[in-house]
Amino acid sequence: MTIDYALIWAGLIAFAVLAYIVLDGFDLGVGILFPWVKGQEHRDQMMNSVVPVWDGNETWLVLGGGGLFAVFPLAYSIIMPALYAPFIVMLLALVFRGVAFEFRFKSRNNQWFWDLAFAGGSIVAAFAQGVAMGALVQGIPVVGRAYSGGWWDWLSPFSLLTGLALVVGYALLGATWLMLKTEGHVAQQALRAARVLGVALLGLIVVVSVWTPFLHEHFMLKWFAWPEVVLVVPVPILVAVCALLLYKGLSEEKPLTAFLSVQGLFVLSYMGLLISFFPYIVPSAVTLWQAAAPDKSLKFLLVGAVVLLPMILAYTAYAYWVFRGKVGPTHHYHA
Amino acid sequence: MDWLDALTLARIQFAFTVSFHIIFPAFSIGLASYLAVLNGLHLATGRAVYLELFNYWKKIFALAFGMGVVSGLVMSYEFGTNWSVFADKTGPVLGPLMGYEVMSAFFLEAGFLGVMLFGRARVGPRLHCFATAMVALGTFMSAFWILSVNSWMQTPAGFSQNAEGQFVVESWLEVIFNPSFPYRLVHTILAAYLTTAFVVGGVAAFHLLKMRLQKVALATPERLASQLAVHTMFSMAMWMAACVAPLQILAGDQHGLNTVEHQPRKIAAIEGHYETQARAPLILFGIPNSKEERMDYVIEIPYLGSLILTHSLDGVIQGMKEWPPSERPPMGIVFYAFRVMVGIGMLMLGLGVWSLWLRHRGKLYENVWMLRAALWMGPSGFVAVLAGWVVTEVGRQPYTVYNLLRTADSAAPIHAAAVAGSLIAFVVVYFALFGAGTVYILRLMRQAPDAGHAELPVNEPVRAGGIGRPSALTGASGTAALKGQP
Repeated sequence: MTIDYALIWAGLIAFAVLAYIVLDGFDLGVGILFPWVKGQEHRDQMMNSVVPVWDGNETWLVLGGGGLFAVFPLAYSIIMPALYAPFIVMLLALVFRGVAFEFRFKSRNNQWFWDLAFAGGSIVAAFAQGVAMGALVQGIPVVGRAYSGGWWDWLSPFSLLTGLALVVGYALLGATWLMLKTEGHVAQQALRAARVLGVALLGLIVVVSVWTPFLHEHFMLKWFAWPEVVLVVPVPILVAVCALLLYKGLSEEKPLTAFLSVQGLFVLSYMGLLISFFPYIVPSAVTLWQAAAPDKSLKFLLVGAVVLLPMILAYTAYAYWVFRGKVGPTHHYHA
Repeated sequence: MDWLDALTLARIQFAFTVSFHIIFPAFSIGLASYLAVLNGLHLATGRAVYLELFNYWKKIFALAFGMGVVSGLVMSYEFGTNWSVFADKTGPVLGPLMGYEVMSAFFLEAGFLGVMLFGRARVGPRLHCFATAMVALGTFMSAFWILSVNSWMQTPAGFSQNAEGQFVVESWLEVIFNPSFPYRLVHTILAAYLTTAFVVGGVAAFHLLKMRLQKVALATPERLASQLAVHTMFSMAMWMAACVAPLQILAGDQHGLNTVEHQPRKIAAIEGHYETQARAPLILFGIPNSKEERMDYVIEIPYLGSLILTHSLDGVIQGMKEWPPSERPPMGIVFYAFRVMVGIGMLMLGLGVWSLWLRHRGKLYENVWMLRAALWMGPSGFVAVLAGWVVTEVGRQPYTVYNLLRTADSAAPIHAAAVAGSLIAFVVVYFALFGAGTVYILRLMRQAPDAGHAELPVNEPVRAGGIGRPSALTGASGTAALKGQP
């Protein structure tokens, strides 16, 4: 039996991207919610809830990009030029919010500016990620080994909708995270935001899900043809379960249930997307086997991944454990 | 403006973003090691001064590291956005090396950074020291992998090419340990250490000079503690300068010999030789005249060029005329940048030797000229690092993968307008944000090591990440942490 390294790596890259969404999603969400919470001490509290971990969270994005370069260089060299504008905008936005973590606490006079940078950077980065995802789903024209479309192809009603959906989704993640990690005013505000955002996100998930199959014939076949449909059917059912749990978590004020059910919604939406994509990595144009680097490269990096990824997960979990518990309202940043 | 095409713009953009980026790791590689040493010394000796210095430099590290992370994130996507042909062709070789960098370095740094910055009271001094060491190890691993990548582009080895024109690996060991890698790694790590040593020394000199002016004030215990911290800082920095500067010159010489062997065109540009000659002089200064293919206004030392590069008086050095113009790197930039780098290296060595002499005479902390020199030399490492970077990167033009893939054939099919737009955005954002960051760093440096403690006692409950469970602080780990602090 030969080992399909390309398939294994597709799974690992998919995992890295999912890890990024699950982890960085809530700290971007905290930034998105910044404008709706007034008062410096409350904002300190919000930011402090993610300060020790945001760095590691964002590293999964580097692994997603670097990993794509390493194991699917063809896909990387087609997708990046195609989504040039959203990616550049996302990177710049992440620069803004990244430095804001440090600068905000160093500057009490210009703090309003770093508040703006943190909130604006988080919102724009989330929106750009959603747009990039939508643009990838709707398809990228390819000729030979290069992108052949125009510079505004990524901009469409569908990609704008997915951009909005991701901002709302991350905000909901952030709100439930704040319910979990803070107390007092911030936690109450977060709960109120979560109620509105929860309804909005579910609506957006339905619209995007209904729209997606009409973008490619390939998607349509995947979603409604036998036997693939067996894989697809559980997804909406589980989405409904998560929605119910979210309702329960919010109405009974069980933050952990609420947080995990939103994460569940993200995982399921992502699974739906993966099922639609497979076996393409650039929809309808390049399959993951066409895009894969030679087996020798895949094997070499896989050895490292098998050893290092469990270690990474272990010490990441340790870092979260060290900083467990709620952020008090009066504690000041010190570094 | 014919020359301002997409390729040129993409090159300017890469040069700009990577130059900004390299400043931060050059500093944080050295500073992470310094922090690990301070933490270890405190654990071993229990002396308060080391923890005080640790807390002082840790704040500066957090700022520099944050800027390094976000500017580095940009780099990891820029290969695809602006250099997609390069990415497609070299992905199978360079991609896995960068994958290893992410997995063995970036996660390690990011995973333990939170604990190092905010977790001392929560994990206790031992684990805290361990976390600091892990961050330092992470910065080292990062340098290892990315310099392997860079070196492979300079001196490719262990590969073949497939039908699609992609580079395919034949031997990973040959790829990773390609001919120029060991030299480049040592040279760059030492450069990072020197850079940090001079920053630390410069900050210490600033405070020593300031303390001289305030000599009339009372010698309160706080002032004495502060003075001790500054003395310790200065002493450590000058030991580093005295030990590492000569090592660096030795490493640079070895790196140069390696370049003679693998990239003679770069050497021709560095040396400013158009003609091939035996018993070549060392050109100290001159102005390259590319039209007439000769050096103007030359100041030179006979024989020394051959002696340095071939370690023999009548060794032959190849001149630029050996190669057609289409194969030559631009001489002027490489020639001048090299002299800036070496000049600073010599000054560093001079300061290091001088510090040994003053130390021997017991006047290290008093000699005003020494302190002024150390202050002015504070940022010199950054200039030298950038100059060295220019030498090696411009010197290997016109190729991205030496002799195999031309820079002109590496770029993405992107419109000049798109590249120009993103370039302007990067320039504006980088100058604004990293400018602000530099101001904040300088503000932190302006405070003497004890000044910050007025508002933030060393016994601070270290809980930036918040998460205040008061019981954790009064409990066992909290007491242990408090005991470890002055």
